[in-house]
Amino acid sequence: MAGICDKVAIVGMGCSRFGERWDCDAEDLMLEAFREASEDAGLGADELDAAWFGCYFDDASVGKSALPLANALRLKNIPATRVENMCATGTEALRGAVYAVAAGACDIALALGAEKLKDTGYGGLPAGTPGIFTEQWRPNTSSPGSFAQLASAYRARHRVQEEDLKRAMAHVSWKSHRNGAINPKAHLRKAVELDAIISAPMIAEPLGLFDCCGVSDGAACAIVTRPEIARELGKTEMVTVKALQLAVSNGSEAGHQGWDGSYIHCGRLAGQRALAEAGVRNAKKEIDFIEVHDCFSITELVTMEDLGFAGEGEGWRAVLDGAFDRDGQTPCQIDGGLKCFGHPIGASGLRMAYEIYLQLLGRAGERQLPSPALGLTHNLGGEPARCVVSVAVFGRGD
Amino acid sequence: MTGPGIVDAAAYVPAMRLDRQAIFAANSWANPALKGLARGARSMCNWDEDSITMGVEAARRCLSDRLKERLRRLYFASTTPPFADRQSAAVVGEALNLAGNLAAVDLANSRNAGLQAFCEAVRGSGSSLVVSADARLAKPGSAQELQYGHGAAAVLLGSEETIADMVAEYRLSRDFVDQFRGSGESFDYRWEERWIRDRGYRAILPALVRGVLEQAGVPPERLSRAVLPAAPPRMAAALAKGLGLTAELVQDGRLGDVGDTGAPHPLLLAIDALAQANPDELILVAGFAQGGIALLLRTTGKLPEWQERNARRAALSPPRPERAYTKYLSFSGLLPMDFGMRAEADTKTRLSAFDRHRAELTGFIGGRCPVCGTVQFPRSARCVNPDCNAESEQEPVPLAEQPGEVSSFTQDWLAYTPHPPLQYGLAATAEGARVLMEFTECPLERMRVGLKLRFVFRIHAIDSQRGYRRYFWKGAPAPGEERA
Repeated sequence: MAGICDKVAIVGMGCSRFGERWDCDAEDLMLEAFREASEDAGLGADELDAAWFGCYFDDASVGKSALPLANALRLKNIPATRVENMCATGTEALRGAVYAVAAGACDIALALGAEKLKDTGYGGLPAGTPGIFTEQWRPNTSSPGSFAQLASAYRARHRVQEEDLKRAMAHVSWKSHRNGAINPKAHLRKAVELDAIISAPMIAEPLGLFDCCGVSDGAACAIVTRPEIARELGKTEMVTVKALQLAVSNGSEAGHQGWDGSYIHCGRLAGQRALAEAGVRNAKKEIDFIEVHDCFSITELVTMEDLGFAGEGEGWRAVLDGAFDRDGQTPCQIDGGLKCFGHPIGASGLRMAYEIYLQLLGRAGERQLPSPALGLTHNLGGEPARCVVSVAVFGRGD
Repeated sequence: MTGPGIVDAAAYVPAMRLDRQAIFAANSWANPALKGLARGARSMCNWDEDSITMGVEAARRCLSDRLKERLRRLYFASTTPPFADRQSAAVVGEALNLAGNLAAVDLANSRNAGLQAFCEAVRGSGSSLVVSADARLAKPGSAQELQYGHGAAAVLLGSEETIADMVAEYRLSRDFVDQFRGSGESFDYRWEERWIRDRGYRAILPALVRGVLEQAGVPPERLSRAVLPAAPPRMAAALAKGLGLTAELVQDGRLGDVGDTGAPHPLLLAIDALAQANPDELILVAGFAQGGIALLLRTTGKLPEWQERNARRAALSPPRPERAYTKYLSFSGLLPMDFGMRAEADTKTRLSAFDRHRAELTGFIGGRCPVCGTVQFPRSARCVNPDCNAESEQEPVPLAEQPGEVSSFTQDWLAYTPHPPLQYGLAATAEGARVLMEFTECPLERMRVGLKLRFVFRIHAIDSQRGYRRYFWKGAPAPGEERA
C-alpha cells in the first residue's frame, strides 16, 4: 500500500537549546542535538547508513551542501544530502530519511536540521532572492509583511472586526508564551500579558512585535529505522510516522483570483493528504495535540481552520475560547512553538517532531499532556501566496 | 506657420508638496534671510519618482491608444536624466508601449530643453510627443531649495484636431551664465540675482518678445497671455511692464504651490495658460537659458474639449502636504538616514534577465491564456488558472491602464524602503490579473481591502552601488480614494 503509515519508527531524537546562542557555532548545535539523539537511540554516528541535513540560509550560517553535517559529526563518509524547502526544511530532512528507510534503501538514517540565524547582526530573517526576474518586480517583502496580508484578507472574507482579530491573535501568542515559560530549552521563557501583546510596536500591520515568532539558533534531529529493526535494537516503546505529506504552490494563489488570500491553499491540501495517510477521519477528535507553524499569530489562527481544528471563519472565536490552550480541545504549541521555543528554520520541523515524540513517550516533564496517542506537526514555508507546507502525523507504534 | 500643432498636453506635478516653512524652520539658523521665500509649498518627488517616471506620468495622460499608433517621434528633455548613458526617451517609450520603430531623442543641458524639444517636434511632420521633466537638487539651506520644484509636462503634436497652433518662433543664443551645473555635479551654482535680472532678463527677454511678435506681425496688445520665465512675482510684474504688457497678462509662475521645475517649466506654464484661455487667443511662451526661446501659439475651437479632459487629470494626483524636511533630504540623497542593515541588501539588476522581460517590467504587459481567457502576470508558458494550466502562447495584455483593486495588504515596518512603512499586497486588475505589488502615494489610514487603484510607473529599486535603478508599476489610490 502506498503511504508511509507505520513503516518507519523514530528510535532517537535530540534538540539543542534554542535561542541566542552567541556561545557556539552551527556545528556545535548539530553536535548538541545529535549527542542527545544518539544516546536516546543507543546508536552512534558510525552506525548510520545515510543522513539528510536541513538548512535554509546557507549564506547566513554554514554554507551549501551536506559537508557541514558530515564534518561536525565526522560521519563515516556515508551518503549525506542537504535539503532546503524554506521553513519546511526540517521536515524535508526527515522526509528524506524516512523515505529512504521505508524504501529499504538503508536501515538507519539520520535527519538533522540546524540554523544559525543570530549571526546576521539584526533581528528578523535576512531576505533572499525570489529569482532574478521576479526580484525585478516583486516588492521587497518581509516575512511579517507577507503573512500580515492573511489578516487583511481574513477580516474582509469573514467580516471580522479589526479589534476582534487583534485580540484573537494576541491570545495565540499569550498561550504560547505561557507554554514556552516552562520549557527549559525554549528561546523565550517569559509569560507576557495580553495588554502588552496588543499594545506592542507594529512590525507589519496588523502584526505587532508579539505576533511574530522568535528568530533563533538551534538544531534538532531524529534517527529513524524500520519498526522491526527498532525492536531488534531493544526498543519496546516506539513512535512511528503515521503520515508525512507536502504540498507546494504552483503560482495559482499568487497569480489567479480563485484564492482570496484568507487561508493557506497548500496548508489545506497537505493537511487533507496527511490525515488520509494516517487514517484520521476527524482531526478535531482523533488528534490529541499539535505543533503548527506559528511564525506569526495570524498564521496559527488560520492554520487551525486549514487543518480542520476549527470551522472556516470560526478560528478566531475558537482561539479566544481557549480551544488551543494547554487544557483546551486541541493543545497547540505545548512546547512554546516557533513563537517561544524559537525558529531556527532548518531545525523547526524536527523540533516540532521532537516535542510530539517526547509527549507520546511521556517524557515531556512539566509540560507533559495526559497520555496523548496521536500528534501532528505542520510547517509553512514561504508566504501565504507562494508556499511549501508539510504536515506530519506521529503516533505510538508499539 | 504651417505644420503640426498641439493636439493634447498634460502636466504632472508630484503629489508631495513640501511646506516651505518647514524648510525654513530647519535652515533659519544658517540663513535667516530665507524667510522671504518661506511661503507656500514646493513639489517634491516621492522616493520612487525621478525625471523618467514623472515624464511617463505626464505623457500617458495625453496619449490615447489611437494616438499612440501614429506616434513617430518621442523627445525627452531634462537636465536631470537619471542616466548619463541610457536614453530616457527609450525607457519612456517602452513604459508607454509605443512602437519600437520610433525615433527617440533625448535633449538635455539646458533649462530650455523642453522648449527646444517642442521646436524640434513642430519642425517635423506627423505625430510626435514632447516629454520634459526635471527633479533638480539644491543645497540644503540654499534659496534654490525653496524656489525649485519637481515636475513634468508632455505635449502631443500632430496636424489634426489641434487645440493650439504654432504662429511664430524666435530664438536667441547667448552664453549668458546666470547659473550652471558642472558635469557630474549635483548642485546648481548661481550668480547674483540682481545681476541676472538686470543683465539677463531685462536684456534678453524684450529682444525675444519683440522678435517673435515681429516674426508673426502681431502687435503686443493682441497677446492674451504670456508665459515668462519663473521669477518672483514682483520681478515678473516689472518684466511685463518693460515688455509693454499688463501684469494680468502674465501667467502665474506656479512658484506658490510647485516651484520652478526647470526644463519642463515653460511647457508646464503653457498648459496652465491653455487651461484658462479661450479659442482664438494668442499666447506667448518664453523660456530663458543661454539666451532664450519665444513661441507664439494661437488657440483653436477644439480648446474647450481639451480643457474638460485636462481638468479631470488634476484629480489623478491631488497635492498632499508634507512637512517632514528630513524626508525630502533623505529622498534627495542628501541625508544618510539609518534604515538598518536590511537597507544594505544588494539590488543588482541582472540586465540579461531584464532584457528578456522588458515588456512585462517596463510596459506592464501581462498575458491572456487563449484556452481559458485568464489574464495573468507575468505571462507564462502554462496558464496560471488551476482549472486550465494549458500550455500555449499567451496573447500580450497591457495592464497599466486597467483599473485595479487591493485584495490584501500590509504596512511593513521591517522590510526596507526609503519611505517606511513599505505598503504592498495583492492587487487585482479589471481584467482579472493578480499581481503582488507595492502600493505608493497612499496615506496609511486610507489603505484597505477593496481600495481602487490606478497603476503608476515608479522606481522599483535603486542600486546605489552601481548607479542603476530599475522601474516597475505600483498601485496608487485611484482618483477619489486618497481622501476620506
